[in-house]
Amino acid sequence: MGLLDQKLGQGGIIITKFEDLINWARLSSMWPMSFGTACCAIEFMSTAGTPYDLDRLGIIPRASPRQSDVMIVAGTVTFKMADRVRRLYEQMAEPRYVISMGSCSNCGGPYWEHGYHVVKGVDRIIPVDVYVPGCPPRPEALIGGLLKLQEKIKGESIVAPKAIENLLAKTDA
Amino acid sequence: MKFEEIISNLTSKFGEEFIVALHENASPKCIEINANGLVEAMQYLHGTEKLYFDSLSCITGLDNGVEAGTMEVIYNLYSIPYGHHLMIKVKLGREQPTVDSLTSIWKTADWQEREVFDLYGVHFENHPDLRRILLPADWEGFPLRKDYEHQTYYRGIKVAE
Repeated sequence: MGLLDQKLGQGGIIITKFEDLINWARLSSMWPMSFGTACCAIEFMSTAGTPYDLDRLGIIPRASPRQSDVMIVAGTVTFKMADRVRRLYEQMAEPRYVISMGSCSNCGGPYWEHGYHVVKGVDRIIPVDVYVPGCPPRPEALIGGLLKLQEKIKGESIVAPKAIENLLAKTDA
Repeated sequence: MKFEEIISNLTSKFGEEFIVALHENASPKCIEINANGLVEAMQYLHGTEKLYFDSLSCITGLDNGVEAGTMEVIYNLYSIPYGHHLMIKVKLGREQPTVDSLTSIWKTADWQEREVFDLYGVHFENHPDLRRILLPADWEGFPLRKDYEHQTYYRGIKVAE
């Protein structure tokens, strides 16, 4: 039995910061959108499969951008696909995060020089939070990227002075 | 059927000068013919009982570059009942490469010709639906041409480094 369950079972209370609670909730249920653009998607699929079991991290692939928190860009993004990727990103509700998985979506990968049809990095069309290197990255590497994103979410703040400043800057503009 | 027999069939039907060149090192062996006799020859190869090339396996485009000033379209034929292969090649001018479509003989030529059009800009006469098949419709230029230069931006996305 975990610490949380013990406390709840005894009718005790837990004191925490609201922000930490929000962040904890967010990082414990990062639902990625289940789509892939190339071979990296195979590794993404095996990461979600039984041997690596993403469910244990609260990561459940969703079939709709409306229900997703994380977009894992798994594979080569062509110019023809770029519009679709951008539209899917725009359809996701905030807060939304992007993991760029593999060399192709990081920087064009093997197509960086002669691939006339490949976007040289998905960060040219949508903002990226975490880059996972590899061609393709092994499931361990993708899990590493997801843990990195969890760390990032853990450090987020909606009430810290900086966050308010950012918000004000947005409304002014 | 052997390559020599196919050649003798073709020459007895269309005459000696019909064959421009032979490329025996190619695999399958290749006959280069004149582009304006293409449809006739293909109809013959497809329709004659003992040849019976019922499958158009592949159409390839080839750009020989600005200096040579030519482009090629290469057809790979296969006969399913007889199991024999043949390659047919036509050479076109590079400025306005145009060749007749084979969609009236093989339905599969439709998409294969669209691919050659998409990447090389070879125009296929009498094609029912000649538009790009792989690249987006508003793409500029033909990427597999030797002198291709990609656009700087595509819909606001920077293309190169």
